[in-house]
Amino acid sequence: MKTGRGQGGQQGRDPHRRGGGEHGRQGPGGALATARERWVRTGGVDLCVAELGDPDRPTVILVHGYPDSKEVWSEVARGLAERFHVVLYDVRGCGRSTAPRPLRGGFTLEKLTDDFLAVADAVSPDRPVHLVGHDWGSVQGWEFATVRRTEGRIASFTSMSGPSLDHFGHWIKKRLARPTPRRAAQLLGQGAKSWYVYLLHTPALPELAWKGPLGKRWPGILQRVEKVPAGDYPTDSLPTDAAHGAWLYRDNIRARLRRPRTDAYAHCPVQLITPTGDAFLSERLYDDLGRWAPQLVRRTLPAQHWVPRTRPDQLTAWIAEFVTAKEEGDPAKGVGASGPYADRFGGQLVLVTGAAGGIGRATAFAFAEAGARIIAVDRDAEGAARTADLARLIGAPQAWGEAVDVSDEAAMEKLADKVDTEYGTVDVLVNNAGIGLSGSFMDTTTEDWQRVLDVNLWGVIHGCRIFGKRMADRGQGGHIVNTASAAAYQPSRILPAYSTSKAAVLMLSECLRAELAGQGIGVSAICPGLVNTGITGTARFTGVSAEEEKRRRAKAARIYGLRNYPPEKVADAILRAVVRNQAVVPVTPEARGAHLLSRFTPRALRALARIEPPV
Amino acid sequence: MASGTSATSAATGRRTTELSAELTGFREVQRLAYACAEAVAAQLRPGVTERAAARMQREWLRERGVQDWFHLPFAWFGDRTAFVDFRVPLQFFPTNRELEPGMPFILDMAPVHNGFTADIGYSGCLGLNPVHNRLLTDLEAHRELILREVRERRPLREIYQDVDRLMVRQGYANRHRAYPFGVIAHKVDRVRQRRWSPTLFGFGTQSLKGLASDALHGHREGWSPLWSPYAFSDHPPQPGLWAVEPHLGFRGTGAKFEEILVVTDSKDPQESAFWLDDDLPHVRRWQEEKAA
Repeated sequence: MKTGRGQGGQQGRDPHRRGGGEHGRQGPGGALATARERWVRTGGVDLCVAELGDPDRPTVILVHGYPDSKEVWSEVARGLAERFHVVLYDVRGCGRSTAPRPLRGGFTLEKLTDDFLAVADAVSPDRPVHLVGHDWGSVQGWEFATVRRTEGRIASFTSMSGPSLDHFGHWIKKRLARPTPRRAAQLLGQGAKSWYVYLLHTPALPELAWKGPLGKRWPGILQRVEKVPAGDYPTDSLPTDAAHGAWLYRDNIRARLRRPRTDAYAHCPVQLITPTGDAFLSERLYDDLGRWAPQLVRRTLPAQHWVPRTRPDQLTAWIAEFVTAKEEGDPAKGVGASGPYADRFGGQLVLVTGAAGGIGRATAFAFAEAGARIIAVDRDAEGAARTADLARLIGAPQAWGEAVDVSDEAAMEKLADKVDTEYGTVDVLVNNAGIGLSGSFMDTTTEDWQRVLDVNLWGVIHGCRIFGKRMADRGQGGHIVNTASAAAYQPSRILPAYSTSKAAVLMLSECLRAELAGQGIGVSAICPGLVNTGITGTARFTGVSAEEEKRRRAKAARIYGLRNYPPEKVADAILRAVVRNQAVVPVTPEARGAHLLSRFTPRALRALARIEPPV
Repeated sequence: MASGTSATSAATGRRTTELSAELTGFREVQRLAYACAEAVAAQLRPGVTERAAARMQREWLRERGVQDWFHLPFAWFGDRTAFVDFRVPLQFFPTNRELEPGMPFILDMAPVHNGFTADIGYSGCLGLNPVHNRLLTDLEAHRELILREVRERRPLREIYQDVDRLMVRQGYANRHRAYPFGVIAHKVDRVRQRRWSPTLFGFGTQSLKGLASDALHGHREGWSPLWSPYAFSDHPPQPGLWAVEPHLGFRGTGAKFEEILVVTDSKDPQESAFWLDDDLPHVRRWQEEKAA
């Protein structure tokens, strides 16, 4: 194997060929089974390189981290292969690549840069490549993207969960030099998250652990703690990957953190993807990154460390968008929208019901400004289409209007199938559609009850069941927002049916939140309060003549107009609730006040409920 | 103002052939104001401030004989076109906000020339702005709605609410609500020419006097020179000249037009109300869009 295949990496294209000797323990599994394979010899090691997709397309090189092999990328690679020439390689000493002899000093970033350049020259000799790195792959990637000798060879760099050691060194120095309480806390926080780094610096111990019990238990730990789905990852080479990879730390960490390079400026555009739940890296590490990477696009993902396994679809979408934008090179077409939370919602698929007006429409617009793709659902086809139309104008890359009655289960099923096949899996679902109903309990007929429960409660149930199921089945997280109401905890004698329906939505949201928490899906209930929307114009008033109903509608509209709380503020609260994964969000001051009262002095609310308002 | 009212009744029946001398005077000054807006808009560059734009309008019109104002020229750039976070009327006055590429702007001026008043609003943007384009296009429906309902002699307050509803349906916010008294329109009239014409908070004292006297008359007769959402506008359209200014806002972008609507006491619906001039930049733009 070591003699026949290593000549410049131009041979060894036989897909069925297996690596020989001790490095042929396992062939490429899963999505990489169809990959073309070649070997690149560089600096005394043979690197196992896999290629997917059309070689004439732009080349994307995926570099794995520790303790992984290139198989960590299998899902992402499969997604990207439809549009790009995807190249993966096992870092020296990992997977089926050979290890340097001796190990000590064989894993310096300089040697890893040699490896990368050798692979890039072999797979894309004429065009610069797009680089993607996770964990140590990203640490290496920063080195590649900031040293002079790779200039012109890298078209873009997407970094996830791996800071540049040089930037990290400066980050620490800055905080040590002037340890304000906040900086000291950041330092201590990251110091605690780096516990494993200290352990990896002990001699022999990590190797023993990985080749012994830790190596055996690692897949189970990943599944349990990091929620990595079971499957063809990690591969059987894990113990040696991890044992060899320990030298990545030993060869580089101390040297770089002690004397970080002062010229570590990125010479290519950088996209930074930050998982917010990363157990090993603080988000604060990237605070000063704008200084080192001028053309920085930030993305935020609510996930843990192993995003290539837990969120492959989102990564594929973001990498593809970034690479395509850089290939097209249109400076007028910036990546990402401008609105707040664009880092979080860019490119995500958001479905909003009741989107032809009021809170629904404002929510669709707020997500559109954050760069999300919008599906605006409403009974009013024209209004939904209009919402989609305007959403496209303000930043949604794509938006569609769908005319569906949320209380119609069959129609919702049909919509879900259509969304699945045509637009993808919904990332954020906003069950917002609702109608108003006012009148005493005794005046409320069975039909009235049915109507309000059909829309306000069954609409939410259908949404959560039908779209939530698909979200859970995908297994890559998501969020569900249900619009309840302040009436959900504020009893009153004028809104018995409406309050009942909204209280049900509130409890449904809380239960669902408990059920889906383990699957990375958050559920939020929004309780707006009096908001100036069109709900008053269609609300039903029971027990009165048509004439009187019209008068009361006009009066309610006037009161809501005087209160004049804009739906845009509710939309902002919804986006914030998703980002922070809040459970119950009262929005207007009166809704917040009532929420507090309901918890601490429920009797006061009960007394309020008895007041009969003037009509 | 009495003369203005008689002028509008005199115009009845003769509009299709030629406008009365009075209306021609109003149309001339309205055209002059729009010519000023187009000339100034063509000179706007990145870095020009609102104050500079307002000064350009003032100087351009002074050079052409304007000595008095209904109100001094305003200029709003960027999200100030949608009056984002406007709380006090002083915020309407031009600031040092600089124009940037892609930014929408509004020029609003009300010159008095030879005793005739115009009050116009001109919306534009520096370079491409799809949201602004859409807002301008969607203003057409408002121009049609207002004329139709005025001809039906609907109470002004109801028309105001219908404009509101159309805006909500379109997905926009009503930004003329931010104007003093939330007006969508106000009456304009002839102004006596004086050698000295001072202004008060940006408004010409002569015009303010006219408006106040109108308000007094109106108060006695049950109408108001201010077209607002409030009960004092709950009356059918009063004959005279109304400067109508529907103003749309959408997430930090605003657009409006402002031009004179002539209301007469004619029984013929066509003659009972008409736009003083149909050859204006925004109307030409809609015609070009339809032709394209």
